[in-house]
Amino acid sequence: MDRPAAYTLTAIRLHWLVAVAIIGTFAVGLYMHDLPLSPRKLQIYSWHKWAGVSLFLLVLFRLAWRIGHRPPAEPEGMPAWQRKAAAAVHHTLYLLMLAVPLSGWLMSSAKGFQTVWFGIVPLPDLVAKNKELGDTLQALHMALNFTMAALVVAHAGAALKHHFVDRDDVLVRMLPFLKK
Amino acid sequence: MTIRHHHFLRLSALALGLAPLAAGAVEYTQVLPEKSAVAFTYRQMNVPVEGAFKRFKGQLSFDPAKPAGARAELEIDMAGVDAGSAEANEEVAGKLWFNTRAFPSARFVSTGIQPLGKDRYEVTGRMTIKGRTLDARAPASFRQDGKNAVFEGAFVLKRADYGIGEGMWADFGTVANEVQIKFRLVAAPAPDKK
Repeated sequence: MDRPAAYTLTAIRLHWLVAVAIIGTFAVGLYMHDLPLSPRKLQIYSWHKWAGVSLFLLVLFRLAWRIGHRPPAEPEGMPAWQRKAAAAVHHTLYLLMLAVPLSGWLMSSAKGFQTVWFGIVPLPDLVAKNKELGDTLQALHMALNFTMAALVVAHAGAALKHHFVDRDDVLVRMLPFLKK
Repeated sequence: MTIRHHHFLRLSALALGLAPLAAGAVEYTQVLPEKSAVAFTYRQMNVPVEGAFKRFKGQLSFDPAKPAGARAELEIDMAGVDAGSAEANEEVAGKLWFNTRAFPSARFVSTGIQPLGKDRYEVTGRMTIKGRTLDARAPASFRQDGKNAVFEGAFVLKRADYGIGEGMWADFGTVANEVQIKFRLVAAPAPDKK
């Protein structure tokens, strides 16, 4: 099947927008969870949840774009196991980009705090308040996040390895301004 | 309400000798805490959060035939507040919120009851929370459930009026001033009227 020579500009922008938003929201999540209770903490929690809902919608759009636009082919001579590993990591990342905000939304409902997007759009509570379920979903939200963090590190590490070791165009095609 | 009540009285009079339970005007006096609930909803970052006062006791004197003479008193044990999460419960016991150590209970004492028609009343009274006593009013509906009476109502309490949430919490940007209070008080008839 024909594969394009490059990513669309939209795909590149979506990749970096989602990347920055995920890293930011993840960092806020790490920072906020053991803050002492204060109005600031309640604000940060709300911002984190608004970011999560926004990211979920952005990722849906990105996924739709990805399905409509095939990415460029892997470099010639890339071993089969690396192609498989790359595909597995990419697919799992897409899955986690949806599962992480979903788990946060459910966890919030189970803990008795509805999600109200930007303080305006209330999301339904799909699960009722339940302390045990809330704790389980919190553990799940954390586990999914740390899995995603590990995969992001692997993903970025692989991109750097392509650039500096294999000296192919894998990183450059996602960062066109690096092109000589 | 009046018509229905006269009907009830006439039936009671007929049944006087047969069913002493239904005889005469019933006076409801004992609030049954295990069947009653006092709950509240507050908004933080525009997110509604449910809470409840788990421990309270109440005394009534309510005769549906003479509602104007009714009285109600409710005492809430502030150590039994559930503000929606363990973290919030710990916080609201503190000085900035209810200061439970200094003010272990809140109290409402009625001063008057106005019939609004159709088994609805407006209860006015004095509310004491965190050592501050203010006039308060709430609508309440009355219905019978078996031999018990059920009073239900809701009203908005402004937390700042009582200094609930001071200092860093005084701003209404994160936690709104308006707190919706809902109550369902189930009261049993006076035992000596049986």
